[in-house]
Amino acid sequence: MAPDRTTGRSARWVSTFGTWDVLVIVVLALVVVGSSVLVEGFATARFWGFLLLDIVPIALIALPMTLIVITGEIDLSVASTLGLASAVLGQLWVSGLPLVLAVPLVVLLGALLGAVNGLFVAGFGLPSLAVTIGTLALYRGLAYVVLGDRAVADFPIGWTGNSIEALPGTTVPWVVLPLAVLAIGFGVLLHATPVGRGLYAMGNNDQAATFSGIAVARTKFWLYVVTGAIAALAGVFWTMRYASARADNGAGLELSVVAAVLLGGVSIFGGRGTLVGVLAGVLLLMTLRNALQLADVPADTLTVVTGTLLIVSVVGPNAAGMLRARMRRRRPAAPPVAGAEGA
Amino acid sequence: MTTTTRPGAGPDAAEVRARSGAAGMRLGHRLFVAREVGIGLALVLLVGVTTAVNPRFLSGQGRQDLMLGATILVVLAVGQAIVIITRNVDLSVGSILGLAAFATGKLFLAMPDAPIVLAVLVGTGLGVLCGVVNGALIAVARVPALVVTLGTLYVFRGIDYSWAAGQQINAADMPSGFKSMGTADLLGIPLLALFAVAVLLVAGFYLKSYRSGRELYAIGSDPAAARLHGIPVGWRVFGALVVSGGLAGLAGVLYAARYGTLDAAAGTGIELNVVAAVVVGGVAIFGGSGSVYGAALGAVLLSTIGSALPVLKVNPFWQQAVVGALILAAIGLDRALAARVANRLRGRKARGA
Repeated sequence: MAPDRTTGRSARWVSTFGTWDVLVIVVLALVVVGSSVLVEGFATARFWGFLLLDIVPIALIALPMTLIVITGEIDLSVASTLGLASAVLGQLWVSGLPLVLAVPLVVLLGALLGAVNGLFVAGFGLPSLAVTIGTLALYRGLAYVVLGDRAVADFPIGWTGNSIEALPGTTVPWVVLPLAVLAIGFGVLLHATPVGRGLYAMGNNDQAATFSGIAVARTKFWLYVVTGAIAALAGVFWTMRYASARADNGAGLELSVVAAVLLGGVSIFGGRGTLVGVLAGVLLLMTLRNALQLADVPADTLTVVTGTLLIVSVVGPNAAGMLRARMRRRRPAAPPVAGAEGA
Repeated sequence: MTTTTRPGAGPDAAEVRARSGAAGMRLGHRLFVAREVGIGLALVLLVGVTTAVNPRFLSGQGRQDLMLGATILVVLAVGQAIVIITRNVDLSVGSILGLAAFATGKLFLAMPDAPIVLAVLVGTGLGVLCGVVNGALIAVARVPALVVTLGTLYVFRGIDYSWAAGQQINAADMPSGFKSMGTADLLGIPLLALFAVAVLLVAGFYLKSYRSGRELYAIGSDPAAARLHGIPVGWRVFGALVVSGGLAGLAGVLYAARYGTLDAAAGTGIELNVVAAVVVGGVAIFGGSGSVYGAALGAVLLSTIGSALPVLKVNPFWQQAVVGALILAAIGLDRALAARVANRLRGRKARGA
C-alpha cells in the first residue's frame, strides 16, 4: 500500500491529529447532548450501565490493536481468538475444570494464538493482513471444532452475575476499573516510553527503525502475543456476561474494533494516532449505536452508521490535507508533486 | 549454482545473462503456472480420494452440485483477483452480492414477467454503482481500499437490511423461468457455471492481452513507479473496483437464481472466502502477480473442500479451520518460492560477474 505522508509534512500532521482527537471528542459530546434531549431513556444511569458493558470488550481489544495499527500492521483475528477462548472455556468447564484454573489457561491460550500470528508476521515477514485473515478463519473454525453448534450455559452464577456487577451505589460496572487501569498502562507505554516512540518509528519507516536500533521483529511479535491474550480475556468477559460459551461469540467484532481505532484517528498506514483518540472513537461509535437503538432504529440498519463513520473519519482528514496542500502549493512556484500519497 | 532446465534458456548463456531480468520474469511466470498446476493437482487428488470413499460424489447430481457450488465463488474471485493485483482489496463484495440478490427478488416480485436479461442487467448495474462508490472514494479521495471497502461492507449491508425490513422473498414467489436458470444445464454443465467460465475467460484474456490489463500488474508491483511511467493509476484502480462491484452484482443474480429464497443476509461473510480463494490461488496479497485462473482454481478448491468434508466423514465444523490453514500455507509457500527465485537470480548474476 502506498506509504502515508512525506516527512516534510509531519509537523503539520502532528497538529492535525491533535485536532482530530479534539474533533472526535466534540462530536461525542454533541451526540451525548443531542441524544439526551431527543432520545427518551438515554440520560439514565441504567442506559449508561448497559452501554459501558457493551463498550468493555471493544475497548479492551482496541487498546493493543491501536499499538499494532500504529506499527503499520493489523490483526483481524481478534474476534476469532475471542470466540475460540470462549469455546475452550466452555469445554473446559464442561469437562470439570474449575473456572479459577480454566480462565488463566484460556488467557494463556490467547497469548499462544497471538504468538502464532506474531511468528508469521514478525518471524517470517509475511503481510499481517493476509496472515490474520487466515487465522481469522482458522481460529473461528477451531472454535467450531471444539464446541460445534452447542452452547455451554451452566456457569456458576457467582461468575456470571459478578461479571456484570456494578460498583456499589452506581450503575457503573466494576469491570470498567480494570479496563481503565489497562488503558492508562497502554497510554503510558505508547506515549511516554521509548518502546512507544519505537512503535511510531516502525509505522513511519520499518527499515529506518531497524537501523536506529529498534528491535522491530521482536516488538511486533510481543504485540501480537499481548493482543491475543487480551482478546482471550475479552472472550472470558463475553462468556460470563452473556452466561453462554458459543463458537460464534463475538463474530464480526474485529470490524467494530478496527472501525473504532481508525475513527479515533489512527492511520491505517501506521505511524500516527493517539490512545485518547481511540478511546473517544470507541465511545463515539458505541454511544451513537446504542442511542439509535434506543430510538428504535433497527439494529441491522445501524451498520450503515458504523460504515459511514469509518469512511468519513478517513476521508475527512485526507480531504482536508489535500485541500491545504493544494492551497499551499499555489503560493510558491509549484513544484511537480506527484500527489498527496506520492512515494 | 543450480542446474536450470529452463526450456527457453537455449545454449547462448551470455545472452541469457544479458537478459537476466527478462529471464527472471519468465522464471517467475513459470512458478505461477506451477502454482496453478499445483492447485489443480490438489483438486484432482481431493476429488479422487473423495470419490474413492463414496462414488456418488462424482455422479451426475454430485458433479452438478460441485460446479454450482463453485460458481458464485469463482465469479467473485475473478473480480477480487483483479482488485488485489492492483494492490487494493474489496471487502464489500459480500454486501454487494446481498444487495443485488435482494434487488433481483424484488424485481421479480414487482414484475413477474420480467426477462432474465433485465434481472442480470439490474443486478450487475447495482453492483457497478456500488463499485463506483468504492472506486471514487479510493481513487479520488485517496483513502486506502481496505478502509473504504470495510466501511462500505457495513453501509451496503445496512442499506440492504433497511430495504428488506425483515422481508423474506420465497422461492415460490420467483418466476419459474428464472428458477429454471438455476438448474438448467448445457451438455451436463450447469448454465450458471457457464456464466462463471465466460467471466473467467474474458477477464483472463483482458489481463493478459490488453495494455490496460498489463498496467494493472504494473500498478500492483509499484504504484509510484507506475504513476511516473504515465499510467493513469487512479482511473485503473477505479476501473478495477467497478469491475469487482459489477461481478459481485452478477454473483448476486446468480445467487438469487440458485437459491430462490432471499433475505437481507445473503452472502454475509463470503468476502473472507473470496479473499482466501484468491490468495490460495496464488495472487500475491500485495499485488503485482497472479492470475484470475489461479484465483478461480482456488475458489473451486475451497468450495470442493466444503463439499468433500462431509463425504469423507470429517466433522463439517473443520471446514473453516481448513480454509484458514490453507491461507497460511499458501502465503507461506509464496514467500518460500519468492526467496528461491531471488536466490536463483542472484546465482545467475554471480556467475555472470
